[in-house]
Amino acid sequence: MSFRIVSTGSYVPERILNNEELSHMVETNDEWITQRVGIKERHISVDEPTSELGYKAAQRALDAAGVTADQIDMIICASITAEYKSPNVACMIQKKLGATCPAMDINCACSAFVFALETAAGYFARGKVNRMLVVGAERLSATVDWTHRSTCVIFGDGAGAVLLEKGDNYLSSRLHSYGDNDIIRIPNYGGDSPFYKGPIEKPVINMNGQETFKFAVKSICKDIADVAADAGIKVEDISWVVPHQANSRIIDFAKKKLPIPGDRFYLNIERYGNTSSASIPIALDELNRKGCFKRGELLALCAFGGGLSSAACIIRW
Amino acid sequence: MDIFEKLKAKIVEKIDCDPSKVTRDTSLIGLGIDSLDTVEMIMDLEEELGVELEFDEAVTTVDDLVKFIEKRLKEKENA
Repeated sequence: MSFRIVSTGSYVPERILNNEELSHMVETNDEWITQRVGIKERHISVDEPTSELGYKAAQRALDAAGVTADQIDMIICASITAEYKSPNVACMIQKKLGATCPAMDINCACSAFVFALETAAGYFARGKVNRMLVVGAERLSATVDWTHRSTCVIFGDGAGAVLLEKGDNYLSSRLHSYGDNDIIRIPNYGGDSPFYKGPIEKPVINMNGQETFKFAVKSICKDIADVAADAGIKVEDISWVVPHQANSRIIDFAKKKLPIPGDRFYLNIERYGNTSSASIPIALDELNRKGCFKRGELLALCAFGGGLSSAACIIRW
Repeated sequence: MDIFEKLKAKIVEKIDCDPSKVTRDTSLIGLGIDSLDTVEMIMDLEEELGVELEFDEAVTTVDDLVKFIEKRLKEKENA
């Protein structure tokens, strides 16, 4: 017993920041950003905290299924940009939905949505839940150094959610962690303890683009091959690859290396930028609402990012 | 094994240019090769040569990249 995806929802803030506007904030231009990361615009929150984005995505998923908040048995939220250290984002989503079930966050950066699905699968397998909400919600604009031209152009804000019910459609998964704080890290606020004499870093995204690229491409190729083998299917049987939207160049290069036709890889980074743990559920919701998925089709979700971590799974729609 | 010739072939394939344009002194950026293109070429070479080449240096010219790859390969041989 695992789960099936019953419905999806997503929400992005209204305010759009395009490359032209960014070119007045830091030394960059539309051509460079488009060629380098494949992004044209991203949505930026002006007054909504992370949980508000997550709540709106979650509510849309519930509405799509005609399910009410009191019918959910658990909420898991993937996020690295919670507005509070405590309460976590999932608790704030629970409060806003009017739900009463347990709610917890998972912090695995851009891989977290797949880690959250795997966690959810465990609750279903143990018969502890009948219905669960898994949300990815991020306000990355809060952790970006807006003077750093090679990172501030990449990230955006948004949230996506899936409603899960008992089923057998989560076919296989692989999770990986490779503890490393050199390639990607986002320091926390260091506090103002009069006793602490250790290092304190500015709490903004630090990323080695070349190493991240290499890690990402290798992870996508290996993890997808592994989860396909675990599920007893051929990689070519995958109808849709829904990758974490980190950089279109990563996905383009991975496409060349995998024996899956390029048009089965979904790419929407052009309109959202990298929304970390929210990127996969936003993409799932877009594809679902456009009617792209046919019942029985096999989806590969794959994610990679800070930790370092990577994860992939095969889901039958 | 001539790393320069291997790399030159990769560059010519990547940007579809006249091979005579690629010399050791040619600037990568001047050819329109950015840092992610460089990583892509290194990853392709890793597959061809069957080795891992940890890439942690700033390179400007084709020769810089050739020397970096040769250095890494030598380290692997001696390891």
